[in-house]
Amino acid sequence: MASFDVIILGGGPAGYICAIRSAQLGLSTAVVEQDKLGGVCVNIGCIPTKALLHSAYIASLLKESKDFGVEASGVKTDYGVAMKRSRRVSDQNSKGVEFLMKKHKITVIKGTGVVQPGKKVKVGSDVHDAKKAVVIATGSRVKGIPQIGLEINKTTVISSDEALLLERVPDSLAIIGAGAVGMEFADIFQAFGVKITIIEALPRILPIEDAESSDVLAKSYRKRGIDVIAGAKVTKAAVGKDKVTLDLEAGGGGEKKQVTAAAVLMAAGRAVNTENIGLKECGIQLTERGFIKVDKNLQTTAPGYYAIGDVAGPPMLAHKGFREGAVVAEIIAGQKPHPIKYDNVPSVTYCHPEVASIGLTEDQCKEKKLDYVAGKFPFSANGRARGTGETEGFVKILRDKRYGEILGAHIVGAHASEMIHELAVARENEYTVEEIDLAIHAHPTMSEAIGEAALDSLGRVLHI
Amino acid sequence: MATKVHMEALSPTMEEGRLVKWTKHEGDPVKSGDTLAEVETDKAVMELVARADGQLLKVLVPEGTTVPVGNIVAWIGKPGEKVDGAEPAAPARAGNEKRETGNVASQPAPVSKPAPAAAPQPAPTRQAPPAAPADATRVKASPLARRIATESGVDLKLVTGSGPGGRVVKRDVEGAPGREATIAHTAATTFPVSRVPSPARTGAPYQDVPLTQIRKTIAKRLAASIGPIPHFFLTTEIDMERAAEAREALNKQLGEEGGKISFNDIIIKAVALALAQHRACNAWFQEDHIRYWNEVHIGMAVAIEDGLITPVIRNADQKSLREIGTESRELAGRARNRRLKPEEYTGATFSVSNLGMFDIDQFTAVINPPEAGIVAIGSIVAKAVPDGDRVTVRRRLRLTMSCDHRVIDGATGAAFLKTLKQMLENPLAMLL
Repeated sequence: MASFDVIILGGGPAGYICAIRSAQLGLSTAVVEQDKLGGVCVNIGCIPTKALLHSAYIASLLKESKDFGVEASGVKTDYGVAMKRSRRVSDQNSKGVEFLMKKHKITVIKGTGVVQPGKKVKVGSDVHDAKKAVVIATGSRVKGIPQIGLEINKTTVISSDEALLLERVPDSLAIIGAGAVGMEFADIFQAFGVKITIIEALPRILPIEDAESSDVLAKSYRKRGIDVIAGAKVTKAAVGKDKVTLDLEAGGGGEKKQVTAAAVLMAAGRAVNTENIGLKECGIQLTERGFIKVDKNLQTTAPGYYAIGDVAGPPMLAHKGFREGAVVAEIIAGQKPHPIKYDNVPSVTYCHPEVASIGLTEDQCKEKKLDYVAGKFPFSANGRARGTGETEGFVKILRDKRYGEILGAHIVGAHASEMIHELAVARENEYTVEEIDLAIHAHPTMSEAIGEAALDSLGRVLHI
Repeated sequence: MATKVHMEALSPTMEEGRLVKWTKHEGDPVKSGDTLAEVETDKAVMELVARADGQLLKVLVPEGTTVPVGNIVAWIGKPGEKVDGAEPAAPARAGNEKRETGNVASQPAPVSKPAPAAAPQPAPTRQAPPAAPADATRVKASPLARRIATESGVDLKLVTGSGPGGRVVKRDVEGAPGREATIAHTAATTFPVSRVPSPARTGAPYQDVPLTQIRKTIAKRLAASIGPIPHFFLTTEIDMERAAEAREALNKQLGEEGGKISFNDIIIKAVALALAQHRACNAWFQEDHIRYWNEVHIGMAVAIEDGLITPVIRNADQKSLREIGTESRELAGRARNRRLKPEEYTGATFSVSNLGMFDIDQFTAVINPPEAGIVAIGSIVAKAVPDGDRVTVRRRLRLTMSCDHRVIDGATGAAFLKTLKQMLENPLAMLL
């Protein structure tokens, strides 16, 4: 039995950042991890998909390269090679986390941790003692929809876990769920020659994004030959040995449709890992939706036990987990960190074109009856975008009419994921659209569209 | 190369400044640090100092002009040096545009590079607006918090910041309990007695006086307190014994000719005469200026079946009591029959509301915008009052004036009431 100040269950983004920050603050820290360090993000999530998306980007770039005066003949794609490269990237990142643990003298305990009363954590037959706090960061996993016959069987019904390890692509793929995961895999597999049908139950794809962002993506995907079906539920699934047939029904008992594909990728919903880790025994309660119940300081219903990352509630995003990890470490160390602004967490989908947003959507502004003005600038009017041939998309800034507050911002386009942070900084510091405009944007850059959207919200757009 | 003199932000919330007075004039030698001009900010009159040595070459903004922060107001340079006359003084006040300094690349900037052979003068100071003098009262606040504070009249100095390093952020100003504190703070500050415009009777019906910066600030802040018009109330008790005697005598005289003088007519006349002496109270608040009326038009609140209307007795200060009596009865009659023409119930400069006939001792009336004041008249009641070392019974009246604080300050209203009281207590004074 060993004793630490802090013991963290889970070495994913929330857990490992919590460990590093705790160590920085002088706390003796241990991380319990049953698999590879870095969690879903590093091993079967954010990182490998970005590697594959870049492969997809290169493939589609070569298809259009003739227009740019570069002719590439005999271009072949091989998903197996791309997959292996993505694995190497993941492994590098996981090793990177291992290195960081060593650098900060954090003890990594291999195995599955179970929390016990009295701030103890059992791993195998060892029981470790946490003097200050136990932090639960066990994350989440993919889930199927067994109710309609779509249980993940890892051959014809797969999750992102399997999709990331395929040696060869199927001829056709039906993707259920058009959130970030579904949209990214549609992008990847389409570039590798797979016939894609993407199905979303809600009325539009990327349902949490602004409606205009959804529209641009639906149009772009259809142009590339992806079958986009929104507002349709899978009512029945017939899973065969080498194909799956899905019965679809449009919302409100409308039009019926059938989709057949060689495989189905389940990209709808995730389940949090709260089972068999001793929560009940410690008096740690769950919310109605199954997340661990936490207070403002991310403390659970059992004093001394904290929860961070996906298990602590939505949005289930690595960067939200990062911040919670750092903040909890500071709280445990007796500091008073600034509260996390959950309304200022950027949301990014890395498909092509990319979709990034922060704050409210236009529909949310309307629901809240806010008096707002939408300033918009299309990349088709941006010099840099024309030069690279990436004119799809726009920047939209929602400005509060009275005070100029940036209520929300939405970017669709190449590099949207990188550009959203100007608006994240602006919102964090409560800059108004005028400060955005006053900051000089380099020319020619895609980011100029942000300044123009800010101006447009003031009725003074310059380049359209 | 000549150096621009900019309107500087001399207070944390200053967005524009009024150039009160140039203390240096074109051709005067100036040294860095010399006071060039006096500038009235939203808070006080401050000094604008030179940030370069040389001669005050050109003054671009005449005294009395309001200029947005950042605009060029003058040039300092070497004697005889030519300055860019194309630079507009731009006393613009365009709402959204006020942050622009207006000198973008509209011309091909021929003078942007100093000639390499130029005399080895010490490097000319940068053309960017020089940093404002260090201000110990600077408040750390986010741009959004500043904006909200400015518009809702919250004094950032009174708000505790909860952001990084004690920075004031949106959540601190939104529910700012500081709002009342702010008002109290403002009210506690003593202002110099209101600058009543010169009482020149020029024949013009009114005179528009631009709002001073401090008036603007008062207007903004107090307006945020209790609805659009920040009311305050002044109550005084008036001895009506002599007025009553005068009324009885006059009515006896008028007996045969018909038509009677009411207390209301006497009060209207007295109010009108007092206003003629206190033009500061005979005014309209007009958002960016105050209109001081040279004419006195009294609105007279008349209760009608489903509401209230205020017919106007024009030039009441110049009318006899009899004229006022006849006119008010005639107007009130037509008001009750809804036969007033629009011009007969608009254009009052001040109003009188009388609930004396309803046995109301005293009340407060709501101002009829854009007027800046109204007096509320209670019942005339016989009261025991000390008279030397004995007690006598006298008819007394309680009168309450509602004032729009954006126009009338406490002392201003009190001075008017004092005159009104004197006139009513000594009706002969009305003949003066």
